[in-house]
Amino acid sequence: MIRYTLKRLAAGLVTIYFIATATFATMHLVPGDPLAGKKALVPEIRENLQRKYGLDRPLPVQYVVFLGNALRGDFGISFTQRNRTVNEIIRDHFPVSAKLGVLSLLFATIGGIAFGSVTALARGRMADQTVLFLVILAISVPSFAFAGLGQYLLVDLNRLVGFEVLPVGGWGSFSHMIVPALVLGLGTMAFFTRLMRSALLEVVHQDYVRTARGKGLSPIRIFLSHELRNAVLPLLTYLGPAIAAITTGGFVVETVFAIPGLGRYFVQAFQQLDYTVIMGLTVFYGSFLVLMVIAIDILYGIVDPRISLAGDRR
Amino acid sequence: MRRRARNLFGFLAAVVLAALPAAARAAKVVRLAITEDPPQLDSTRASDTVSSFILGHIQEGLTRDGPHQDVVPGMAESWEIRDRGATFHLRKDARWSDGSPVTASDFVFAWRNVVDPATASEYAFIMYTVKNGEAVNAGKLPPSALGVRAQGDHVLEVEFERPCPYFLGLTAFKTFDPVPENFYRAHQGRYGATPADLLSNGPFVLTHWDHESSLVLEKNPLYWDAKSIRLDRIEIPYITSDSNARLNLFRDGSVDFLEAIGRDESKRAQFERLPMKSFTVGALWYLLLNHRLGRPTANAHLRRAIQLAYDPREFLSSVIGIPGTRPARGIVPSWVEGVKETFRQEHPLDPVLPDLSEAEHELELARAEMGGRIPPLSWLTFEGAGSQREAEYFQYVLKTRLGLEVVIDKQIFKQVLAKEYVGDFDIAVAGWVPDYADPMTFVDLYTSWNQNNYGAYRNARYDSLVREAQETADPRARTEAMAAAEQIAMRDLVILPLYEDAIVYLQSPRVEGIIRRRIGPDPDLTHAFVVDEKRPGA
Amino acid sequence: MSVPGSKIAPPPAPARPAGASMPGPLALGPEDFAPVLRRSGPQGTVRPSRSYWADAWNRLRGNRQALASLVIIVGLFLFSSVGPLFWRLDPTAPDLTRISEPPSLSRTARVLPEPPLFPDVVVPGLDPHPDGIDGATLPAPASLEVVGEPTTLGVRLEWTPVPGAAGYRVYRSTEPPAGAYLGLPVGKLDAGNVVSFEDTFALRPQTYFYSVIASNMADSPRPRTIAVTPVSAITLAAARAVRPDASLGRAITLPPHPLGTDGLGRDVLARLMAGARVTLLLIGFLAPLLAILLGVVIGGVAGYFGGLVDQWLMRFTDFVLSLPFILFLILVRVALGSGPGQSDVTALLVGLVALSWTGEARLVRGQVLQLREMEFVQAARLLGASPAHLLARHLLPNTLGVVLVAFTFAVPSSIFTEAFLSFIGMGVTPPRASWGSMCLDGFGSFLTSPHEFVFPALFISVSVLAFNLLGDGLRDALDPRLRSR
Repeated sequence: MIRYTLKRLAAGLVTIYFIATATFATMHLVPGDPLAGKKALVPEIRENLQRKYGLDRPLPVQYVVFLGNALRGDFGISFTQRNRTVNEIIRDHFPVSAKLGVLSLLFATIGGIAFGSVTALARGRMADQTVLFLVILAISVPSFAFAGLGQYLLVDLNRLVGFEVLPVGGWGSFSHMIVPALVLGLGTMAFFTRLMRSALLEVVHQDYVRTARGKGLSPIRIFLSHELRNAVLPLLTYLGPAIAAITTGGFVVETVFAIPGLGRYFVQAFQQLDYTVIMGLTVFYGSFLVLMVIAIDILYGIVDPRISLAGDRR
Repeated sequence: MRRRARNLFGFLAAVVLAALPAAARAAKVVRLAITEDPPQLDSTRASDTVSSFILGHIQEGLTRDGPHQDVVPGMAESWEIRDRGATFHLRKDARWSDGSPVTASDFVFAWRNVVDPATASEYAFIMYTVKNGEAVNAGKLPPSALGVRAQGDHVLEVEFERPCPYFLGLTAFKTFDPVPENFYRAHQGRYGATPADLLSNGPFVLTHWDHESSLVLEKNPLYWDAKSIRLDRIEIPYITSDSNARLNLFRDGSVDFLEAIGRDESKRAQFERLPMKSFTVGALWYLLLNHRLGRPTANAHLRRAIQLAYDPREFLSSVIGIPGTRPARGIVPSWVEGVKETFRQEHPLDPVLPDLSEAEHELELARAEMGGRIPPLSWLTFEGAGSQREAEYFQYVLKTRLGLEVVIDKQIFKQVLAKEYVGDFDIAVAGWVPDYADPMTFVDLYTSWNQNNYGAYRNARYDSLVREAQETADPRARTEAMAAAEQIAMRDLVILPLYEDAIVYLQSPRVEGIIRRRIGPDPDLTHAFVVDEKRPGA
Repeated sequence: MSVPGSKIAPPPAPARPAGASMPGPLALGPEDFAPVLRRSGPQGTVRPSRSYWADAWNRLRGNRQALASLVIIVGLFLFSSVGPLFWRLDPTAPDLTRISEPPSLSRTARVLPEPPLFPDVVVPGLDPHPDGIDGATLPAPASLEVVGEPTTLGVRLEWTPVPGAAGYRVYRSTEPPAGAYLGLPVGKLDAGNVVSFEDTFALRPQTYFYSVIASNMADSPRPRTIAVTPVSAITLAAARAVRPDASLGRAITLPPHPLGTDGLGRDVLARLMAGARVTLLLIGFLAPLLAILLGVVIGGVAGYFGGLVDQWLMRFTDFVLSLPFILFLILVRVALGSGPGQSDVTALLVGLVALSWTGEARLVRGQVLQLREMEFVQAARLLGASPAHLLARHLLPNTLGVVLVAFTFAVPSSIFTEAFLSFIGMGVTPPRASWGSMCLDGFGSFLTSPHEFVFPALFISVSVLAFNLLGDGLRDALDPRLRSR
């Protein structure tokens, strides 16, 4: 187990290295000058700035410098906010996105399990049909639509009731997180619902369920200890991509609800060609995802004893 | 079960939290949203409007912009302006927020910092009117050679490079603000990064800054004119670039002021009967044309043909769609003052109306000069929705009315700037926000030495007229020279003027006294106050 | 299993009542020993044996949802390819008189020349900036009138001057002003002696209420209001864009817009058709197709050869899989598609294909690993088939079912990705339209003219939905475990 983990981590490091290199290469392919401002600079000043940021050196040298700094954990200073280092930016804003992400994942998972169970148990009946319809709506409508609509409806709700039921934007308290997390997790929740439903429907036909029923166990006990537990497994597989989807989808929600998260920074950094932030965030996110995938694989192995982690070799 | 409990908790928390803003409103607090986190609060290096807005409230220079679009005493209580220099007498009770006095050497230190090439300040050019400013910035002289001296703690002597009748207006500009020397050195490299790395000498102090999330400015008790500041606090609890989100915040009562709403939000505002106001911004918007050799737009007939092919009023009404904008004539907008009246009133220009047959004639001439074929024009635009609409409008108009092929080159903003700088475009919609209230800020854009002359227009007569205007202090001679330069520019069609900007904005009836400015911090809340009765409606 | 044509047929099982106990000693008679008649010819067929595909299709047909989805998808393809032949409006032509209009029928407009400039009416001898007067005390202008005929090209107002005013404010509302609300501030004049104004902003042929108030530092609270209904008019140049034979003085009929117009007055229906070509055909269909081909080849090779080849290919697959998808898509898009005339759609295609083939590769590899041990493959190998032949004729075709399902699920994901990228401005370049870029354009005006956003979003949702349901149905139909005999 330990050896397996170490091997995966080592492989993960190699992956992160390749990610960093790929990002560096692609980023420098993008034409444009990160130092350009609305008022043009005198050529001497422009050269000064370039020297200060090391942009005047040849590309391979910049690459080596970047790698060296990255290994020490120094990603440099943001080009647009020249008073903040990339590390500060990550440190200040990642917890925000993480909290939002975790909450929306929580909504998605709990909602997905709950709704999926409802539809599987009430198969064919009214409850099943309505939930399925809502699910279909949720996965078909793009996330940005939900964000804008959600905020608009919230304003109307606040006005209707006469006081602020939930804040319309901003960040700082738990109530600020509720609506954005819901909006963010909606698509994933719908996806999980379907997954749960098909998994449950499969599990119901399995032999061990039939055995349990034959043994005379109560339906609730069967449902909880046998069906649910086994049906949850496929959810675990999709947890990785779900995390990825939620971290990137965060951009729209963060912009609409004025949340100071990292997702917003991502796209802004691209739009402003902020080299250091792009590199730092990509490496950070890449590492985060790689770690998540490894963690989930290990978790999978723990939860399902049938799976041997050494990998199946032929 | 768990979810219900969580919801209940959230609901209760929300009720408690809802009570808090109401309590805040009883105090004299104004709440706003801004579009982005201020990138630079070091006044010697700041260049964007959001930073300018914050700095205008927490710092003060020799003078400040007054309530009636004039300039009133700030750190300086009196001054003498001469042809070649000025003397400022600082007030003795001016303090930084840590209690230390504001002295003339703080100004000297700040100004030297601005022109120091190591600082690489984007606004260093504005100090070129001070003696040796340009030379220092180019690295030819040390910063101590800048023409500013402190005579004791409370007298500042300034020498001009050339006559500068608008210098007093410049002293209110943020780049000329003082900076506390010892504090700055102690926080080297981090000055302006957090509230603890900043000292204020203005009406407000930055007490709280949660990056990308919120800022709070509190009334500065040490400000020399604190008694005339009627607000206790300015809160900025929301930072978002989404205009719909900001509109929702206003509708919800979470903010009291929205500095600009777009074409579509104004429709919404009408529908909901939100209190709208109008403001004519000082900026001039125009079609930037590339005059470099080899570019199709370098051909004068082609430029003329394009000018005659569209009606600016149709463009403004349908594409821009913000009331208050007006078609521009010439290179100087209509609000700029001349000698006694506005520059435009003293030097009128005839409007140019569309004329399709004349346009076609000019096009034929252009085609003949370009060897029988006009290549597709590269139209540079960036990815904002409005910018795209404008480009598509012109693309369609030029194609159907003139048969000109236009290829839209959509880039992110930084790339747009880079391409404009090197001249990799044919046409782009560009705007120029004035740095000071004098025609010169618009006129010297097209000189051969101005780095912002992205179109690379070169005309020796134009250059000499501008130099002439810069060398004389006589107001009449100056404006005559600038008007003559404008005539040349319009004859040559250095740019195609489009419109003078205006915005529609929302202000809650709960707040009054918010001043909008063309130059200087905008909006200006230093004279704002909260009206005492309860806000009507929701 | 009986082999047809054998000489001996097993006897039919004797009927026995259910639950009956074992019979007593066997009661055998002579008829039991008589020879059995030979049956000539094969046994009658109950029904023809169905191939895998026919069976799948049959099952699919029974699935109503999947069938409906298939119909929808075919409909969408027809919409994008054949539609423009029927609905002939130009998707790039702006109709500036009808910006952001909801679904509307045709309208007539009079063709007028470019309106001449309306010169300011200046009252001679009046001080433009009187000092020391508080605007809040100023009365309303004594009268307010319309000059000339008000049309949608311009409404000209003139009023009597208010002594003491240093300027005037003109407001326009679609309802009679009530209380302090006067409407949209359409005009701001900063001289007390200019008493005229021309409103040209987004005028529609409906009734407006114009209010004029005097101002001097502060605004007067007393307005003078009139109601004006402009007549629908259009300039000659704009008219020619719609009807090339338009001429001055005559009215022309502007075409109907069944789905409304967008922010530049372009027909939404026509743009949806043009956008379908990008979103549905190019990105939605072509990108996953190419990605699948790539994935199939890589997965097939990895699965077949195994060993080092497999290991390295899978490492490479893992690497691509771990690249943050959206990030790299944006990077590729910006890096490759940045110049004028450089195709943005190609950049998107390349990016999508390069980053999304991994799922299918893994799937196919798994399938091939299973199939490769099966008897028919072993048999073919013994007969001397080359690896290429094996892959092409035996292994890959058997993965088709899985691949087809994966493809049907990859399409909606591509559509969503394109919509998301276009929405953050990293998608297609104008004037090319895609459903995602239409959503972006329409998002800003979502609250006022929802149709600009709702229709493209609806089309995206319906396509995504249809492909998802079809994918579900295909998966059920192609699942060999559910195969009926």
